[in-house]
Amino acid sequence: METFNLFLKAAFIENMVLAYFLGMCSYLAVSKTIKTAFGLGLAVIFVLGITMPINWVINEYLLSDTGVFGTDLTFLRFILFIAVIASMVQLVEMAIEKFSPALYNSLGIFLPLITVNCAILGGSLFMVSREYNFGDSVVFGLGSGFGWFLAIIAIAAIREKIRYSNVPPALRGLGMAFIITGLMGLAFMSLMGIDLTKPM
Amino acid sequence: MKPLLNFLEKIEPDKKKSPFLHTLFDGFHTFLFAPKSVTKGGVHVRDGMDLKRTMIMVVLAMQLCYVFGTYNIGHQHFVALGEYTGFLEGFHLKLAHGLIKLLPIFIVAHVVGLGIEFWYAAKKGHPIEEGFLVSGALIPLLMPPDLPLWMLAVAVAFAVIIGKEAFGGTGMNILNIALLARVFVFFAYPTEISGDEVWISNIVKEGTEFYGGAYGMGHSIFDTIFGWMGLDTFSAVEAGQKVADTYSGATPLALAKSGGWGAVTEVYSTSQMFWGSIPGSIGETSKPFILIGAAILLITGIASWRIMLSMFIGAALTAMMLNGFAPSADSFLAVPWWGQFYMGSFFFAMAFMATDPVTAASTNTGKWIYGFMIGFVGMVVRVLNPAYPEGWMLAILFMNVFAPLIDHYVLEANMKKRLARA
Repeated sequence: METFNLFLKAAFIENMVLAYFLGMCSYLAVSKTIKTAFGLGLAVIFVLGITMPINWVINEYLLSDTGVFGTDLTFLRFILFIAVIASMVQLVEMAIEKFSPALYNSLGIFLPLITVNCAILGGSLFMVSREYNFGDSVVFGLGSGFGWFLAIIAIAAIREKIRYSNVPPALRGLGMAFIITGLMGLAFMSLMGIDLTKPM
Repeated sequence: MKPLLNFLEKIEPDKKKSPFLHTLFDGFHTFLFAPKSVTKGGVHVRDGMDLKRTMIMVVLAMQLCYVFGTYNIGHQHFVALGEYTGFLEGFHLKLAHGLIKLLPIFIVAHVVGLGIEFWYAAKKGHPIEEGFLVSGALIPLLMPPDLPLWMLAVAVAFAVIIGKEAFGGTGMNILNIALLARVFVFFAYPTEISGDEVWISNIVKEGTEFYGGAYGMGHSIFDTIFGWMGLDTFSAVEAGQKVADTYSGATPLALAKSGGWGAVTEVYSTSQMFWGSIPGSIGETSKPFILIGAAILLITGIASWRIMLSMFIGAALTAMMLNGFAPSADSFLAVPWWGQFYMGSFFFAMAFMATDPVTAASTNTGKWIYGFMIGFVGMVVRVLNPAYPEGWMLAILFMNVFAPLIDHYVLEANMKKRLARA
């Protein structure tokens, strides 16, 4: 129940995009069509799910004062986390290029751009500040990735639908994307406050 | 009909000279008669049920909710004060009190909403779209009777401008306008719209005690009329008196949250909850009248039976599943599945909100998924979320967001199937 609750919380209740507004740049840029949004969403799930446990290990055994070096190295946290994320994205990119060139081509520049997606670094930092254990970090990574994935394909579908609407010229494109994101955030507030671990 | 048509044609303002007046005229003209301008060339499907007739049918379907809602405002007020507690006692007083509460809400919602709509229509130079008639009729039914009118005005303006006009007007919105207005009030002014006293009009809370509020000008006008007719008047009810000892003001859902189904049936009988003489939002309480409205919508083919049925199934199955997790018999989770339908606004949401053809999924398979998910999410929010008293409003908004996505994948799956067959 605890694990399920954490997944639910990461995916819906504290959705990276719609509750914290993290990872907005690629969320807004790649959400024009469902196809690319879907690919990028999957890549984000994968990267979040892998970097989170790796960063947990680094934080626990290298950086903390109980780790192998015996001193508090947490000031290196940002640099190391980013390095891990960047190298993971590189690995994912190489793997996708090798095994599925078609997907690689359709994602294009957006695949390496995951490196600078703040949802991913944000996830790792949340994991540290909330003191998750190793299992939690895996679940949290996958959950928040899934939430991001869901948010981006939902807004992509809405943006595809309103393509033929008579939107006021000043709002076309990004302006509308921001309004939709806000309204989606309002809708996602429905689940805010659910805590399955509390007694009913 | 003929003289009316002649009269309308005589007063038609010139389109070039006074565009705003013409827009206004055109709006009312097409409201009463079929538009006189017809498209030429191309292929057309002609049907008497055009957009305006569809909209009006929905408004007609909720009239019974209006009648009952008006009466129930007054009934709840007097029950709280411990006067005229029988359902039909003090009939005229209850009706008058209900009108005094409901009419300003109705008028403000329409003046603000239609005003914005007319302004946009004149600005953009297209005919008035009566899309707001349905939202405007729904909004008062969703609100608690004592809502301050300025909050209502802000909420309606937000919903119409951000929710509809930004998306390009009627038929383009992603989220249901009426629900957006309701959710705006709910999140923007949480203290004014939650608690036990908001669901009953003219009750003031001082400390922990509840008192009847003072009567205003509307009441004194009615008092004069009732005085002439020799009926009981409002002045016979002492203003500022303490509420009846038996009064709690809690809605069935609030009771269920604290003490399960047993606590609900202690205060309200099932027939009371079925017929709707319980506190709640104005239009949501009376199930039979809502179901009549739902039947009208189904017969005229405006609402989708797929959404209604799948929403019902989804909610019932979720309630049964939650029963299995219930830790004790007096928990909200243990409320029997049929008991869940007696409380709150499930039927109102099902009949008038979820079936909104603009914001719902538009493929048939998509409608099944959409309705079922509303039932599921709504029941989960209602039972498991301690922050909100009721779940349907938020569940429908939540699924509105995903409706285009559901449609997309249903279409894609269909294409794949047909390509494989080819």
